Amino acid sequence: MNSPIYGLVLSGGRSERMQRDKAALDYHGVSQLEWTMGLLTPPHVARAFVSVRRDQGADPLRSRFACIQDVHDGLGPLAGILAAQAAHPEVAWLVVACDLPFLDRATLLHLIAERQPDRLATAYRSTSDAAPEPLCAIYEPACRQPLLAYLERGQGKGKGKACPRSFLQRSDVALLDQPCWSALTNVNTVDEYSSAVTRLGKREQAEAQSFAPASKPDEQGQQGKRGKHVSIQYFAALREQVGLHEERVQTRATTPAELYAELRERHHFSLPVESLRVAVNDEFADWAQALADGDVVVFLPPVAGG
Amino acid sequence: MSAFRLSPSELDTAALRQELSDPSCGGLVFFEGRVRDHNEGRAVTGLEYEAFAPLAIKEGERILREALERFGVVRALCAHRVGALEVGGIAVFIGIAAGHRGEAFAACRYVIDEVKVRVPIWKKEHYADGPSDWVNCPHCASAAAPGSLSRHAHERHEH
Repeated sequence: MNSPIYGLVLSGGRSERMQRDKAALDYHGVSQLEWTMGLLTPPHVARAFVSVRRDQGADPLRSRFACIQDVHDGLGPLAGILAAQAAHPEVAWLVVACDLPFLDRATLLHLIAERQPDRLATAYRSTSDAAPEPLCAIYEPACRQPLLAYLERGQGKGKGKACPRSFLQRSDVALLDQPCWSALTNVNTVDEYSSAVTRLGKREQAEAQSFAPASKPDEQGQQGKRGKHVSIQYFAALREQVGLHEERVQTRATTPAELYAELRERHHFSLPVESLRVAVNDEFADWAQALADGDVVVFLPPVAGG
Repeated sequence: MSAFRLSPSELDTAALRQELSDPSCGGLVFFEGRVRDHNEGRAVTGLEYEAFAPLAIKEGERILREALERFGVVRALCAHRVGALEVGGIAVFIGIAAGHRGEAFAACRYVIDEVKVRVPIWKKEHYADGPSDWVNCPHCASAAAPGSLSRHAHERHEH
């Protein structure tokens, strides 16, 4: 039986380059802390906590959530992970930074679905240097002792500052490719913040346009060009016909049915839509449901297990 | 470990049986699906299974939970192979432990029938007389369609 997963949103950063509390920034109409906590909900995680420094316990932004206070000072994100493990050593921790405004549910669900509980952690490969991304990762209960040992070894030996990335690089970690390319882009400076707000604004505008059921043709022509990004994973006969296990496309399709029609034209699939089922974000879905930016879609050919 | 699992290596049926032992259970039923050397009149030399793992495990676990609830059995587990298998290889193992034999047989039959039509696992057969192909049973396709009432159509054929 796998240990349950609890969520941990790290909010104790000093935000020195931003010069404002990164947890309080507003990208999505609410504080970034509240928005990130909104991604970590049952059934994906059993419970979720906010990781805070010792001097942040009474902060009103944070104290409306269940908080876990750091025990150590000056360890950065490692302090938050250690305090969470000490509070609940029996669970796996899905640790997420609160400065990831592009994070989407598909990225979290994929991480949870591909979790390898017999490794010390499951993490994504960085899209820039292929190193583990430590702040959107699942830390298993078994990594608590190695993490403590890593800290003891690392201190005072001039090996550089202890950090979760270097711990993961030295450990038995399952590394996954990110389903959505920019989901883990973090935002550290005022300039990055304003550019992120602009990008998110454009994306949300494009989404709102593609969801609008009866938009006028001229409006679609102007604003609906961008469409949304979705990933498609292929299996069995479809995988062989495309020659790919996965692709990411920009599409104006609003439903899985429209998306299949579009891709069937491009890839010349032999299977008619009536013979398939569809899954979105690792669960069976309806052909007519609305597609969202970042969705992971799988078209399921007729099954033949047993 | 979850009650429904996918295995890239040979199934250890002795270990699987051991997991089902329970002092309250007097009736244990095990089913093994093995690779047959023929299908629909063609000689089969081997096959491959491919799964959409996250959803296969979720759906498999749902089926096992349904078996526990509907038949009142005590334990239910299922292990399914992925990857390449030779003729005679064990493709799927199902084990049920119950107080008595009646519900154990019924639950075991239920699990294998549902797994075949609901779990996203695909089979590619290699034939002696021509190119390999993905098995695409039209009965299964219609039985798996959402809202379908034709589940009984599947019970009249075996494969």
